Amino acid sequence: MTAKVVTVTSGKGGVGKTTTTANLAVALALEGEKVVCIDGDIGLRNLDVVLGLENRIVYDIVDVVEGRCRIRQAMIRDKRLPELHLIPAAQTRDKNAVSPSDMVRVCDELRSDHDWILIDSPAGIERGFRNSIAPADIVLVVTNPEVSAVRDADRIIGLVEAEEKGPARLIINRLNPSMVKRGDMLNADDVLELLAIELIGIVPEDENVIISTNRGQPIALDGKGRAGQAFRNIARRLKGEQVPFMNLEENAGFFGRLTRLIRPGGD
Amino acid sequence: MIEDVHSNFQIKGIRDGLLVTIGEGKWPELQEALMRQIERQSSFFKGAKLALDVGNHILKAADLGSLRDILSEQGISLWAVISNSPTTEQTAQVLGMATRLSTPRQERTIRPLDTNLTGENAVLVQRTLRSGFKLSHQGHVVVIGDVNPGAEIIAAGSVVVWGKLRGVVHAGVDGNNMAVVCALELDPTQLRIAGQMAVSPKKRGKPQHEICRLINGQVVAEPWNPKAKS
Repeated sequence: MTAKVVTVTSGKGGVGKTTTTANLAVALALEGEKVVCIDGDIGLRNLDVVLGLENRIVYDIVDVVEGRCRIRQAMIRDKRLPELHLIPAAQTRDKNAVSPSDMVRVCDELRSDHDWILIDSPAGIERGFRNSIAPADIVLVVTNPEVSAVRDADRIIGLVEAEEKGPARLIINRLNPSMVKRGDMLNADDVLELLAIELIGIVPEDENVIISTNRGQPIALDGKGRAGQAFRNIARRLKGEQVPFMNLEENAGFFGRLTRLIRPGGD
Repeated sequence: MIEDVHSNFQIKGIRDGLLVTIGEGKWPELQEALMRQIERQSSFFKGAKLALDVGNHILKAADLGSLRDILSEQGISLWAVISNSPTTEQTAQVLGMATRLSTPRQERTIRPLDTNLTGENAVLVQRTLRSGFKLSHQGHVVVIGDVNPGAEIIAAGSVVVWGKLRGVVHAGVDGNNMAVVCALELDPTQLRIAGQMAVSPKKRGKPQHEICRLINGQVVAEPWNPKAKS
């Protein structure tokens, strides 16, 4: 078993890196894959909160790197999904506590007995980003259909290319189909035209995501719901399956388009 | 021009040094007079390259040789002897001296029909410039790919983008008013040519190939029209 290291990054903060990491981890674990998540956001950790594991932290990644514990001791097993583990970030330290080569070493140690290693990158392009990107085999760039998020995603994609981490793949998060329909939000094509990388998934805006995040129950655990479905589809695409993209427009097709032509801005 | 009324010679500055024209008279006396003149103005003659126009005097190898030696003692090199007598010319040639002064080059009246252009230097970048990338060059810049918002191109010459130009571009940064910016789709965040700045107007319908230049100190973008003459 040789794990693939997937780094989830975005440049801009608040676009949903942590939510994406948590949900992809859950979705892959639901598929029976052995998954370990690493929180790369040392000093501002929250992947543990989103996964609902914060009260079980004893050791963290800095303890592993500085040799205060074995890597097994820092891995928190998820009770809902036994194949899912988390290595949390330290909250009392900063990004400089870990170096890119430390991250490569930790991942290499984990590779042999897992299928996937998911790294939740912090926002920004500084040390934390460098740490998170160093061991990556696959880079997923998360963006929102907003000009500022797309601009930052563009920068990140350029930096990932410069690090020779191959072409990044794109997740468009929090797309609001009705706003797109009204022309008040960038649509997926606008974003893709600028970023010009492969799209691996579009996650629709869904308030249940916020509810589930607050409860520490990733939405991908829930069988229903379009956002959860979108994350599960992305997980399957990561595994190499061909999964068609969800139709996010409720009443697409000829009549839908006709309505839009007749009543632009309506609906 | 230095002219000595008592002696029979003229000294003139030419492109290749000094030209001394010797007049009529007996050679030993003339030589002596010349040397006296040189000694009087030794600082003027020091290190000079001297050509000697001896006119009709017929000089033997011994005369010329000794003159050259005497002159070189004064730090003067005798490099040419011009004479009307073929014998003297030959003697000079034997001693390794020139017998003609180079005539100034004539203006070329017929230009050669040269169809090989040298052009100007440019850098070619064959990739998309994403946000945060900066390209500066002391010449022209050609990009094959897009220039995304947040990317910058700074060029002393012109900028050509075979793709969408949406970032910041500054052409003719050293004040070159002739610099142009052209792109398949020209929608820059900000465009500067030399000292002038322009911002793309919002929403201009269908994108088209455009070329941007300075006309009367204003940045003007016009669609590229193969039929129009520029």
